[in-house]
Amino acid sequence: MIVETAVFYLFAAVMLIAGLRVITARNPVHAALFLVLAFFTASAIWLLLEAEFLAIALVLVYVGAVMVLFLFVVMMLDINLERLREGFWRNLPLALVVGAIMAAEIVAVIAERYFEVASQAPPLPAGYSNTRALGMLLYTDYAYAFEIAAVILLVAIVAAIALTLRRRKDTKYQSPAQQVRVRPAERVRLVSMPAEKDR
Amino acid sequence: MLEWIVTRPDAWFGPTWGPAVYAFVAALVFIVAIMIPLFVAVAYLTLWERKLIGWMQIRIGPNRVGPLGLLQPIADGVKLLFKELILPTNADKQLYLLAPVLAITPALAAWAVIPFAPQVVLANINAGLLYVMALTSTGVYAVIVAGWASNSKYAFLGAMRSAAQMVSYEIAMGFALVVVLMVSGSLNLSDIVNAQAHGRFAAMGLNFLSWNWLPLAPILVVYFVSGVAETNRSPFDVVEGESEIVAGHMVEYSGMAFAMFFLAEYMNMILISTLTAVMFFGGWQAPIDAPLLERVPAFAWLLAKVFVISSMFLWFRATFPRYRYDQVMRLGWKVFIPVTLVWLAVVGIWMRSPWSIWS
Repeated sequence: MIVETAVFYLFAAVMLIAGLRVITARNPVHAALFLVLAFFTASAIWLLLEAEFLAIALVLVYVGAVMVLFLFVVMMLDINLERLREGFWRNLPLALVVGAIMAAEIVAVIAERYFEVASQAPPLPAGYSNTRALGMLLYTDYAYAFEIAAVILLVAIVAAIALTLRRRKDTKYQSPAQQVRVRPAERVRLVSMPAEKDR
Repeated sequence: MLEWIVTRPDAWFGPTWGPAVYAFVAALVFIVAIMIPLFVAVAYLTLWERKLIGWMQIRIGPNRVGPLGLLQPIADGVKLLFKELILPTNADKQLYLLAPVLAITPALAAWAVIPFAPQVVLANINAGLLYVMALTSTGVYAVIVAGWASNSKYAFLGAMRSAAQMVSYEIAMGFALVVVLMVSGSLNLSDIVNAQAHGRFAAMGLNFLSWNWLPLAPILVVYFVSGVAETNRSPFDVVEGESEIVAGHMVEYSGMAFAMFFLAEYMNMILISTLTAVMFFGGWQAPIDAPLLERVPAFAWLLAKVFVISSMFLWFRATFPRYRYDQVMRLGWKVFIPVTLVWLAVVGIWMRSPWSIWS
């Protein structure tokens, strides 16, 4: 148990430092990469809690997909740091309020479980599969909620594509299907000519 | 002897830290036992690539260093080790040096859950397939970071191309894996192999007809071609299209840093081949249920399958011209994703029908 605690504090420290660097790093690309590191260590902490599905899904979705797009955007844009820093002191009070509310909510949720008794959840049996348990719940008890969430995401995807879809009139594009259907007889006319005389 | 080894950590580090130290050292030993053969395999895959493509093009291939050119990879390795590491002007030094590490780490870490034979796997975790998917999806960071940190137009353009390509093909690959896990009923790679040993044909002793490749043939094609695209191999190597953008994201790298990208690419090739063998070709199982074939160690079957599949990568390279970039994207988004979606529904209905072959 003490080993797990040591590992937990190691990951927690890395995560806190990474989180801090996300907001203090001068270079936006560095900040985004520190966010990746924070996600990664968060997933490692979830693994310590034996929540392997959540941990791996975090890496798969956030690290593998979301943050890649984030980095894409951050690298492509020419971000003016001075402009970004202008609003810092003006927005600080609001940020502090939001932060305090979030911290209070987290404390309210976990306080009674972790601050009163230092109880450890019993270790799960050997054949227990977190993924299977989650799947069972999602597709039986919470099937409708799950489907609704999926449909909302689908609508969001369609909306995002519809918003950015612009068809320029002067674009030239090829239709591979048409190209494949081409027959030489329609394009090339073979003319047979008599051979020329020797020199 | 074994008892002595097991009890030593407890005696030296006490009962609290002893088991942890033992587990740590044991894991290290197993990791090294997987990694060293892997590096040798990568080294000789490069030689095999040059030899095989040489023969296909009616050349001899490397034959100067050692007998039959067998020491060529070692000569290459020594050469790369002693080359100077050049840092471009205004490159982001830390990220520039971090990128090769980011390339090789996921390529190596994914091997933790690969079953080499029954019970021979470093980490027999239940979410093995998800783990592999998650780790291979982080490989794209190496490309992006390398391209950006190099502070070079060509490297950046190559990185953008490659990252977009890898992200696109990951979706088709993920859907292909969903179908495999649906018919296997498990995310554990060992269970996926074992699930392929049942069926009408396996009962007749013709194991190879019960493997997933036959009922899931379209998925196999999608998965394997996506794998070729995912590893940026020819004909999808638009990243390093020499005629357009020199050598892609690693154009500024030299010496060992370049070699790391190279190693990661070949390691990913072997990984994709192994995953194809595990998920579609019955992993370590013998093709026919015959007493003579049972004498062959299980690992040898996996090795043979991986060898054949990774040779396909080289065969593709020698055969096909490079895709144009928009066609690469078209193939990924407009062909592969619809194919996998349709086949997902087909297999789903098939599984619930009375003709289901998976029960």
